Amino acid sequence: MKYLQKMLVLLSVVLLASTTAFAEVPSPKIPKGNAEQCVEPTQEMRVNHMEYILHQRDETVYKGVRTKQHSFKECINCHTVKDDAGKAVNFKDERHFCNSCHTYAAVKIDCFECHASTPTAKKDGKAHAGINSLIKMTAAESNNNE
Amino acid sequence: MKKVNYLEIEGRSRGFLALLGVLGVIVLAGLSGMYYMEHNGHYVTGMDNQIVWGMPHVFAVFLIVAASGALNVASIGTVFGKAMYKPLGRLSSLLAIALLAGGLMVLVLDLGRPDRLVIAMTYYNFKSIFAWNIILYNGFFAIVIVYLWMMMQASMNKYYRAAGFVAFFWRLILTTGTGSIFGFLVARQGYDAAIMAPMFIIMSFAFGLAIFLLVLMMGYRWTERPLGDEMIRKLKNLLGVFVGAVMYFVLVYHLTNLYATEHHGVEKFILAGDSEHTPIFWFLQILVGGVVPLVILYSKLGASRLWIGLASVLVILGGLAQMYVIIIGGQAYPLDIFPGMEIVNSSFADGNSYHAYTPSMAETLLGISGFAVALLIVTLGVRVLRFMPDSLADKDVDPHHKG
Amino acid sequence: MSKSEAASNGLSRRKFLGASVAAGASVAPGISLISVANAKPVDQAISDEKRWGMLIDTNKCAKGCSACVDACNTENGLNTGDEQNSRQEQKAQWIRKVDLRDKLTGHEVSLPLMCQHCENPPCVDVCPTGASFKREDGVVLVDKHICIGCRYCMMACPYKARSFIHEELTNQVENTPRGKGTVESCTLCVHRIDEDTNNQRDPACAEACNTEGHKAMIFGDLKDASSDVSKALKQHSSKAIREDLGLNPGIRYRGI
Repeated sequence: MKYLQKMLVLLSVVLLASTTAFAEVPSPKIPKGNAEQCVEPTQEMRVNHMEYILHQRDETVYKGVRTKQHSFKECINCHTVKDDAGKAVNFKDERHFCNSCHTYAAVKIDCFECHASTPTAKKDGKAHAGINSLIKMTAAESNNNE
Repeated sequence: MKKVNYLEIEGRSRGFLALLGVLGVIVLAGLSGMYYMEHNGHYVTGMDNQIVWGMPHVFAVFLIVAASGALNVASIGTVFGKAMYKPLGRLSSLLAIALLAGGLMVLVLDLGRPDRLVIAMTYYNFKSIFAWNIILYNGFFAIVIVYLWMMMQASMNKYYRAAGFVAFFWRLILTTGTGSIFGFLVARQGYDAAIMAPMFIIMSFAFGLAIFLLVLMMGYRWTERPLGDEMIRKLKNLLGVFVGAVMYFVLVYHLTNLYATEHHGVEKFILAGDSEHTPIFWFLQILVGGVVPLVILYSKLGASRLWIGLASVLVILGGLAQMYVIIIGGQAYPLDIFPGMEIVNSSFADGNSYHAYTPSMAETLLGISGFAVALLIVTLGVRVLRFMPDSLADKDVDPHHKG
Repeated sequence: MSKSEAASNGLSRRKFLGASVAAGASVAPGISLISVANAKPVDQAISDEKRWGMLIDTNKCAKGCSACVDACNTENGLNTGDEQNSRQEQKAQWIRKVDLRDKLTGHEVSLPLMCQHCENPPCVDVCPTGASFKREDGVVLVDKHICIGCRYCMMACPYKARSFIHEELTNQVENTPRGKGTVESCTLCVHRIDEDTNNQRDPACAEACNTEGHKAMIFGDLKDASSDVSKALKQHSSKAIREDLGLNPGIRYRGI
């Protein structure tokens, strides 16, 4: 089953790649995320994003691991697409990041029957940035300086 | 006694096609009900967070229980060696498979996520009685099909007795499992009783035989094949014994509860309450489903096939009523979350009065369609394979028949 | 974002996340030194060295106050516009206020009732797929990814703590995924208690009760003798609801 899914995604990627050669093949309009780079190389994510999501899903549900690296919430936060009024569009909208490709590839997902497909508005954006975030910032900075 | 000759039914008559048509329409109605429920969600049903199992479960559990009981006729021939029952083995096994399929269809289509059936088959929590049941149901299909094969292929006949034994024990375990779905629910006043498992086994004997009798009599009447009076007499007497046994178990169950002060509340609710469960219990389950059939079966009326058929129908109705009182009534009586305390106020319907349930058309149709699916399988089954002996006349099947 | 913009920010998102994960691991021992609560680093799996629980003092719980219920609804996105079609008896409710009167003495108490997070949960026993499960730290949850919506757990729960979702939902909050055809109940706000030591917060109900000034709900680690909840439990007598069932719930009550 997973193999089949992978093949389907690979196929769609190949189709995507071939659009440059055959301009008449319609290609999906995949919106860019809101950061420079994804948490894994783009090519890797195109093929294997569901593996990362699935793995993190069980880590979170059963083990309470809530790191942000592969968290579903962060996917949604970063890959937000806003409509003309500046409001994030949900999965039912064809511009939604996940929907844009899944509709094109005709792969049905049921993630958003339960999960929110747009970021939840924070009442107090910075309130929970405790000492840890500061430590991380410092560590990240020193890392960057090296 | 001559060798039994099994034969497909002809299945070209207008009546045959009409039967298929009627059953097909009922199945379609049930499936549309299911689609309506699943598309909108369960808010369109009478079920809620208090009555979590509704009409579909009444029918599904009834059919599953009846399925194992329908196999009983075959077991009497194979396991208990009664020669006269042996020619009925194939039809009995077919009916058992068909009823189980009908019941399971209803059960599965009422799930919140029927699309995840594959998960139910791949993820098992082995402490769950439900999970055992999934294995028991699948096993039942497999074992009965093997049993049928041993009966139907001449070269495999030598293993038929062994297969019959396995099937018999499996069906006892299966009904124990079904009864235990309720028997092991410690928190609910109406359940939590070890007697549930044996009571369900006795119920299966009665319900399964009632359905078998109807199928047998109609099948032989419509195909104009001979069906002996002695055969019918034996089966209807057996049905009487089973109906009596069910009533005995119901009596013991309620007497036990009446003796224990902590169960007085739920007993009063069922036996003398002001909900629909009290009339359903006394009128439908006890009178219509128990007393009346017993009178019919053991009086002069029991000589008439029409009356035996009526008695069988009443046993089925009474059985559905019994399921309703067990499943819905058991939930309708509020949980005793705070023993000794009276709930004055709650935003989640914890009150002291019972939970009402009004089944919707959709869920009821889904339930009824389980019967139609089962009968459709039987009708098509006897059309394409040799399940029915061409004669069940006493002279052909009764070893003690005196010409 | 163009390349030059990224450079001016000095740090790409990927590098930032990678570095923060590494940093998190390396400073973890330091964090545990200054820790006062009993949380864990966010990247560490939960363990059975903790058992989350709560002591609810019904003497402090005000009749008519529903701060805990409201907070739960807001936190988890319950009754916030969704479930328009469901009847009152069909709507989800994870925590509810119940007013009781002793049949003999007439003594009245008011208390919040939710999933009691049993040590031996009947809902977990009966679940055919294992969707209903107990985490190592004692929190009882539904893995909605494998819940088939059979509702057997709702039949088995002695506290009627679970709700079935009767219709399609669209307004879920990001911390609490929930959807049609599955069963759900109180999660003890796992998304809050799984956070880093410094970001960790009490479940929404307990927090709201404190904010309201009633302080009737003490949340904490039952296995840590120095936690507030353990100390309070040791000092005062308390009871579990339906103690006779021997389920050893993580939620305990005073004054019932």
